[in-house]
Amino acid sequence: MTAPTFQPIAPRPAPRRTEGLLAWLRINLFGDWITGLMTVVLGGALLYLMTQFISWAIFRASWHPNFEACRVDGVGACWGVIAEKYRLILFGRYPFDAQWRPMLATVLMLGLLVVSCTRAFWHAWLGLLWAVVLTVFFALMYGNVLGLARVETDRWGGLPLTLLLATLSMAMAFPIAVLVALGRRSQLPAIRTFCALYVELIRGVPLISVLFMASFMFPLFMPEGFTVDVLIRVLLGITLFAAAYMAEVISGGLQAIPQGQIEAAATLGLSYWQTQRQVVLPQALALVVPSLMNNFISTFKDTSLVTIVSLYELTGALSLALNSDANWRPFMLEGYLFIALIYFMFCFAMSRYSLWVEQQFNRGRKRSIETP
Amino acid sequence: MTQPIIQFDKLNKWYGDSFHVLRDIDLSVAPGERIVICGPSGSGKSTLIRCINRLETHQEGRLFVDGVELTDDARVIDDVRKKVGMVFQQFNLFPHLTVLENLTLSPIWVGKMPKEEAEEKAMIQLARVRIAEQAGKYPLQLSGGQQQRVAIARALCLKPKIMLFDEPTSALDPEMIKEVLDVMIELAAEGITMLCVTHEMGFAKAVADRVIFMDQGQIVEQNNPHDFFSHPKNERSQDFLSKILGH
Repeated sequence: MTAPTFQPIAPRPAPRRTEGLLAWLRINLFGDWITGLMTVVLGGALLYLMTQFISWAIFRASWHPNFEACRVDGVGACWGVIAEKYRLILFGRYPFDAQWRPMLATVLMLGLLVVSCTRAFWHAWLGLLWAVVLTVFFALMYGNVLGLARVETDRWGGLPLTLLLATLSMAMAFPIAVLVALGRRSQLPAIRTFCALYVELIRGVPLISVLFMASFMFPLFMPEGFTVDVLIRVLLGITLFAAAYMAEVISGGLQAIPQGQIEAAATLGLSYWQTQRQVVLPQALALVVPSLMNNFISTFKDTSLVTIVSLYELTGALSLALNSDANWRPFMLEGYLFIALIYFMFCFAMSRYSLWVEQQFNRGRKRSIETP
Repeated sequence: MTQPIIQFDKLNKWYGDSFHVLRDIDLSVAPGERIVICGPSGSGKSTLIRCINRLETHQEGRLFVDGVELTDDARVIDDVRKKVGMVFQQFNLFPHLTVLENLTLSPIWVGKMPKEEAEEKAMIQLARVRIAEQAGKYPLQLSGGQQQRVAIARALCLKPKIMLFDEPTSALDPEMIKEVLDVMIELAAEGITMLCVTHEMGFAKAVADRVIFMDQGQIVEQNNPHDFFSHPKNERSQDFLSKILGH
């Protein structure tokens, strides 16, 4: 008798998913009678609330900028408030006739953000583009050049202010956060202590108090006649605040990099900064993309707190717009839904973008070979 | 007699205050010499070779590499690391870079070599370890044996005078050990100075000029492989060999 020969079995594709939508529904929503009952009850409640909301928001809504029409019984949402007040909400107290300037500035800023997020544009000249766009942004907003009338920063407001605060504070906080995170792992005790102290101090206070300090206390310590614009002070406050939180997130990523990576870089002759730049940070940052984006999103929304120091960004501009007009004041809810939609669009875009970034940076972690 | 390329002179090292990991190490290595270091775990083998490129610092005694004494001076450390290549048990390839980028990282950033030239030279090293066709893949897409060969090629890109191997086959499946050892045997034939911590006694017999046996931070015995394996002099080495060869 001969020894049996080895018969390799040819690889086959995995079987098609047998679950399907109907099977999924049956298993997850109607698995047993309690589940089925809950599905019916909760589903019914959801359906009822949805129809109520849709009827209020669409079918019974009043769309004309006429507050009399909104006061009629049985009328639902009063979207006329947006039609009437949208310029005040979007641009705050910026002089009405010159509102094409913040509008253009906002469009430019959005364009810059989209370009910066696109891989094809990741070149050295992107830095130059930032400098140019930011210069144009400030020139448009502040004026005083090219025959544009001067508009002081305390009259800036609405969406451009929100975008400016969010973009600049994130852009500045990120490098600071990287340095602080590296500093916390430094061999030098002075740097390590300083960075730890910075993070602990900032994390120990609410953003509101940082903003108050930047706005009201900072000038007290400055010599007579020396002032820094409140917008810049607040911007720095948000930046330092966001950087402390971000630094902790990045720290977590740094801790996840095995010591062997650093040793291998050392044996290859890489300096400390080369090791961090080429070996450690690319891996550490890729690991923390979701948490970093979480930080970015919360920073974006935290900019709404600057209202308390009389800077009327989107949220502040809304209350400004409606509180100043007794006729429209009852329709706060519609106003808040409107800006909630704006916030949501930005935050949703950021969260989708973070998924894409994660994919881009974790290619090396996938074991299978991608076929593009 | 030629000047030794590595010279340990009464070297002592402690981890913390109490763990005396290297005790009175005296060792000199001639250029081109191939040394295998073995011994039970915790005996200080890895620490010994990691002192040579200053991944570990010693507290007492002196250590010369290629005529230069190792100190805390950053320039000295940079200089020595250019001459010493190292291969780790866990490969330590950079997972976010392709195989080719792993090899060209140091030539481009440390050696200031143009990218094209660095890639050309890297491909030569990859061909040498028979893995050139994987240049565009990421390390985690390769088998352990392939990864370790890439790690060897990466170390060779610096044209080192000395190669240190820290248990290069211990993390590999048995089927892959041979492909790595074959590459190391070829390297040994080219006259590069090698210090290798390993328990692959077949490799030691095939290429080593000298086998060093360590225990509890000391060099217990050193001899040529034939005499070491057939007539170990010390009872600790006899005991060790009977354990690793006895089955």
